[in-house]
Formats: sequence, structure tokens, C-alpha cells
Amino acid sequence: MLLAQQLMFSFFKTLTDQVITVELKNDLSITGTLKSVDQFLNIRLDGISVEDPERHPHMLAVKNCFIRGSVVRYVRMQARNVDTTLLEDATRREAKEGKK
Amino acid sequence: MSAVEAYVDQTVQVILYDGRVIVGKLRGFDVRTNLILSDCMEREFSQDQGVEMVPLGLYMIKGDNVALIGEVDDEKDAGLDWSEVRAEPIGEITI
Repeated sequence: MLLAQQLMFSFFKTLTDQVITVELKNDLSITGTLKSVDQFLNIRLDGISVEDPERHPHMLAVKNCFIRGSVVRYVRMQARNVDTTLLEDATRREAKEGKK
Repeated sequence: MSAVEAYVDQTVQVILYDGRVIVGKLRGFDVRTNLILSDCMEREFSQDQGVEMVPLGLYMIKGDNVALIGEVDDEKDAGLDWSEVRAEPIGEITI
């Protein structure tokens, strides 16, 4: 696994058990509790709800889901759940190491 | 990938890259999200008529095409009248 991927993997792991919204590259937005994430940034969400059920009734009978990392466009989370300073430091350190 | 293990032998709904929705029993999977589904049905959504169920049988889906795997709540699913549900098909994965 590349270093940069490792960092994002570790970051997403810190969000476990928090409610996040995942926007897919097909415009489907799903909110749920993050249950697990793996090295491919595949995401497992529990207790899901779709942002626009009128437009996307397709998921009405689905209670939890596994989202392939490759189809994720955005992940939205509560700002208070993220230590931005720590993340900033980590990404900058990594960017520097990458240049060497 | 162990997250998918919990879905084995359950009814799952798979959304593919091209937006197709396939429901079936998950029989197997691997690290590339290749899937084996038995007793598959495609659910064709459209704005003009209710959901059309197309029987497909046993399917092996290559992981490259899989966008999402959802665990279906069988009871809730049975309680829904899909023939009355109208919606645009899910879009394809872009970029």
C-alpha cells in the first residue's frame, strides 16, 4: 500500500462509529454509521438513509451497505470529529517525505 | 474486505457501475469484490412504469463493475409494492 493511502486509511479508521455521508460518483448520497473501512477505502455503513429518497427509492429495503472505495466522490463528516491540525501536520509531513 | 463476509448467504442488492440494480443471494466473493449471486433478479427502474423484475439466475459479477453491495431487509422488501415504485434508473459512475 502506498504511504498516502495508508494515511487516509488510518484517518478513516478514526471515524469508525461516527455518522458520515458518502456521495457516490453516480450522485447517490448515503448517510449512515461508519462500521469499517479497509485498505482500498471500501466503506461499510450501517443504519443507512438515502439523501433524496424520492429520486432514489432503490435503496428502500437496504439496511446497511458496503461501498466500493473506487466509487466514492466525497465523504462528509462533522468538523468537530476531525483533528484538522493533526491531519494537516500528517499530510504535510508525508508530502515532504514524498519529495525526498 | 471482511466487511462483505457478513453478507454471505444473505439477500443483497448490488448496484453496478452502469447503474443496474441486481438482487440475489450472495454465495461468494473475493478481495477484488468479484461476486457470485444465485437466484438473481434485475430490478429495472423507470419513470413510465413500476419496477420490472427480470430473472437472471446465477451470476458472477466482476468486481470492476460493482459500485455498492447492500444487505436487503427481506421483510421490509416483501412489504414494499415495487410495481408501484417509479423512479429514474440510477446513473452510471462517472469520472
